[in-house]
Amino acid sequence: MVRLLWLIPILPLLGAVINGVFGKRLPKQAVAGIAAGSVAGSFLISLAAFVQMLQLPEAELPVVQNYFTWIQAGRFQAEFGFLLDHLSGLMILIVTGVGLLIHIYSAGYMTHEPGFYRYFAYLNLFMFSMLTLVLANNYLLMFVGWEGVGLCSYLLIGFWFFKKSAADAGKKAFIVNRIGDFGFIIATILIFWTFDSVNFQAVFSRIEDATLFPVETLGTVGVVTTICLLLFIGAAGKSAQIPLYVWLPDAMEGPTPVSALIHAATMVTAGVYMVARSAALFDHAPGALLVVAVIGTFTALFAASIGLVQTDIKRVLAYSTVSQLGYMFMACGVGAYAAGVFHLMTHAFFKALLFLGAGSVIHGMGGLQDIRKMGGLRHHMPWTFRTFLIGALAISGIPGLAGFFSKDAILWAAWNSENYGKLLWTAGIITAGFTSFYTFRLVILTFFGKPQYTEHDVHHVHESPASMLVPLAILAIFSIIAGYVGIPAALGGHNNIEVFLGGEEAAESSAELILMLVSVAVAFGGMGTAYLFYVARPDLPARLASSAHAMYAILVNKYYVDEVYNVAVVKPILRWSREFLWKFVDEGIIDGTVNATGQVVRAAGSGFRHMQTGYVRTYAGWILFGGVLFVVWFLR
Amino acid sequence: MNIPVVNLGAILPAIMLSLFGIAIMVAEPFVSDAKKSWLGWLAIAGTIAAMLALAPMSRQAGQWYTNLWIVDSYSIFFHFLFILIAAITILTSMNFLQREGIHHTEYYALLLFATVGMMMMAGSNELIMVFLGLEILSIATYVLAGFRRTDLKSNESAMKYFLLGSFSSAFFLYGVALIFGATGSTNLIVIADSLRSGDPQTSLVSLAAALMLIGLCFKVAVAPFHVWAPDVYEGAPTPVTGFMSVGPKAAGFAVLLRIFMTAFPTLEDRWTSVFWIVAALTMLIGNVIALVQPNIKRMLAYSSIAHAGYIAVAVAAGSEHGVSAVLFYTLAYSVTNLGAFAVVTMLSRSEDKLVNLNDYAGLASKRPGLAAVLSLFMLSLAGVPGTAGFAGKFFIFKAAVQSGLIWLAVIGVITTVVSFYYYLYVIVQMYMRDPNEEFADVRTTGPLKLALAITIAGTLYLGILPTRFLDWTVSAAVNALR
Repeated sequence: MVRLLWLIPILPLLGAVINGVFGKRLPKQAVAGIAAGSVAGSFLISLAAFVQMLQLPEAELPVVQNYFTWIQAGRFQAEFGFLLDHLSGLMILIVTGVGLLIHIYSAGYMTHEPGFYRYFAYLNLFMFSMLTLVLANNYLLMFVGWEGVGLCSYLLIGFWFFKKSAADAGKKAFIVNRIGDFGFIIATILIFWTFDSVNFQAVFSRIEDATLFPVETLGTVGVVTTICLLLFIGAAGKSAQIPLYVWLPDAMEGPTPVSALIHAATMVTAGVYMVARSAALFDHAPGALLVVAVIGTFTALFAASIGLVQTDIKRVLAYSTVSQLGYMFMACGVGAYAAGVFHLMTHAFFKALLFLGAGSVIHGMGGLQDIRKMGGLRHHMPWTFRTFLIGALAISGIPGLAGFFSKDAILWAAWNSENYGKLLWTAGIITAGFTSFYTFRLVILTFFGKPQYTEHDVHHVHESPASMLVPLAILAIFSIIAGYVGIPAALGGHNNIEVFLGGEEAAESSAELILMLVSVAVAFGGMGTAYLFYVARPDLPARLASSAHAMYAILVNKYYVDEVYNVAVVKPILRWSREFLWKFVDEGIIDGTVNATGQVVRAAGSGFRHMQTGYVRTYAGWILFGGVLFVVWFLR
Repeated sequence: MNIPVVNLGAILPAIMLSLFGIAIMVAEPFVSDAKKSWLGWLAIAGTIAAMLALAPMSRQAGQWYTNLWIVDSYSIFFHFLFILIAAITILTSMNFLQREGIHHTEYYALLLFATVGMMMMAGSNELIMVFLGLEILSIATYVLAGFRRTDLKSNESAMKYFLLGSFSSAFFLYGVALIFGATGSTNLIVIADSLRSGDPQTSLVSLAAALMLIGLCFKVAVAPFHVWAPDVYEGAPTPVTGFMSVGPKAAGFAVLLRIFMTAFPTLEDRWTSVFWIVAALTMLIGNVIALVQPNIKRMLAYSSIAHAGYIAVAVAAGSEHGVSAVLFYTLAYSVTNLGAFAVVTMLSRSEDKLVNLNDYAGLASKRPGLAAVLSLFMLSLAGVPGTAGFAGKFFIFKAAVQSGLIWLAVIGVITTVVSFYYYLYVIVQMYMRDPNEEFADVRTTGPLKLALAITIAGTLYLGILPTRFLDWTVSAAVNALR
């Protein structure tokens, strides 16, 4: 099956082409069948390839398949080739597995949409791009997938393009991502310039040459550190880290399954994957690692704090995603790439579950997204409630569920880091408390208490169809069991997943057990606070909001980051573009020159026309004239 | 005494076309008016037979018939090109002749004979042979230009072409006579050898070379010998204009390169430097005057002068890359321009109505397919990436830069930018102006559709995957310079 690796991205591409070209004329079942079927095919091949890879002896890894030389220009060469190792193997399973469930879910969720075929064509195109990104064996091909997922993200956020807010959100995502992509492409050029190749294996084996590339000390910025920082700018754009996170909350304008697939489970984790993939480079650049850790940790805390006060069900989850991605970067930043990828995996399950659950709620409520107007839904949509609760428990880090294991792995790695480890851990544990609080605030406001809506607003609250509930149930199962592949030594396990991904098996330590107890306590604390605020003493939130008015205003307004960006970046650029580039450079200089040239040329044209008298004698005269010149020239 | 070995394989394509041409003329009186188009298909069959005959011909590499005929990949390339041009022109003409009421089937025979003339030019290794080919081509095209006998403009076109063509043929013939006087031979290789040995009078040889160059420059219509072209192109029947703008031009360049590369390498600095000026002047004049033409046939006439200028750039490069660029460009330009003329033929009306650029207003809303096709050809003529025109220009400017002709390449690029104006103007008319009602009854017929299919496919193929033909032109160039 390893030989069929190329089919994994190609099948969804075929689906995208078929649905894109013929979808309009096909019945909806056929469109959904083609889309989901192609992803199911990819999933099965991925599974088979993964199993086969596990049986290969260590020496034969990674599996590399070069299909053709894509670019050959002088010394520069890029192949079109795929690389399968433990990391990319795990990624293709997550992407195709979660992707398949979301395709099935979408078939139910999007039934009433006129752009049904367009939606599935984009979604399949996304799968193709994402799988290319993950399987690529060099930075340039990875960049192709990277741009492809960005494009699909733009298309899907703006799926309801007739809504101005959706169109704007699409543009915002695209433009903010360009900044990150710029970092990525510069990094790729610099990688070629430094290592004479963009191929992963070549680059990673060359950097091991300690005489050429010694580990750069903290505080110096050598070429490897520069490369890593540029790569991280790319990662920060795609994975919504400070300062480029602003597009992700707005991206919630897209259909909810898109938010689940692209803006929670897969695309936004591409940055984490890229950093983990480039671990060999980052290990040589402790300065860059520290930047990654600090930005990741700060983003985690910052986004979680905004999440505390949001009232839109999807926005709470969006800020939660930003925050969880911050955790993953925190792990990478302290060198625990395996822990980061472990969290990436568990997060893919429980966050997709939460988003799809939210989608089910929105579907049942006829499009309503404000959690203050919900309440008591557990009676109307019992299955959505049950699965959502599992997701909430998982993300809060309640022992026994997936999120607990992966979050613990990250916090333990942070604690052990030599550079500000305790500080990172402290921020991480506060974030955990915030996470638990806002998640249960969401659960309580949505599913418990009395309905806050009237029958006038919402006609018929109903449970979603089976095509939506089955994916929820499967994701709920994985949100529970996915953590057991990484039971830490402190609990008597062997941390299999991290060893599998190339991390080290941590020794058993009583300190880890104590830290674990602290984080469990914090998780329950957050949950209890939510209970106190929204069940026991429902007057408390309002009182707190008024007594800490300034803080509350800052949080509700998301630290005014959008406003600051608008004044500091968007407005000046607009002004510069309009007044200088447009009015002066374009209209004045360029158009002026072109128009003037045009007039001169036309005048010359009219002049030359006088050669054309129509008389044969004049023409013969010209020929004679030219002939004389020729003869003189040849005889000189 | 040597008895020449009669090897028909080496000239089989020309024999095929001649036989089919004669058959058409013989059959003419026996075919009723309604079935005249059968003879058109017979002519097409002739081009197919000639195309098939290329295979046996290509197995006969070498010199034949007392060294006056040469078979190498250079001559085979041009044979292929000429047959292609003839086939597309015939396909474009069939409906046109019927519509214009001039469905006399000598037309097809003359086209085939003209093609035979071009083949003689490209394959000859001997100046008298070249002259024969030149005259076979010229006389056939004089008649074709005046084929609309009752139309004054067509008569004027034929007359001007005949008078000026004879005038310049005289230059060429005079040059041949002088070179025979200087070297005692008209065989290209013998001439080259005797020039290398340094015996002949250099001034006589230079004069001869200059005179021959004048005659050929007239045929390819480069400045200042281009003045005849707009009048002749405008008056001739539209498919004939398309043929003249590519066929004789390609043949002229083929023979010009053959003669000067083979026989006059000793004078290389002279003729390459002359071509520097000729190329610059031709590109400037062709593009600048095309800008102010209101009539699409005349615009395409000047455009074809401009394109001869680009080819002249590659000639001025005087290198292997230059020769290969000439070959590639003639192919790319032929395919594109024949396509453009096919569309113009389809849209034009009897007595050349509807050939003004303003008449194309709003074509896109009436006939979106045709408008898109014409747009493709215009973009290719302008040299937009992804089309044959871009690949062709790229190789030409690359060859120029490699030979150190930076400024000539700069002039070429600047004049290309100028050309965007008038090519895109056609697209602007078609897509951004209010529709003109008169296009409602334009019919696309089978042969025309086939012509368009070939030219569209060629334009895109050469633009997107030029490598295959480029390899061919490179090997042909290497052969020619051996």
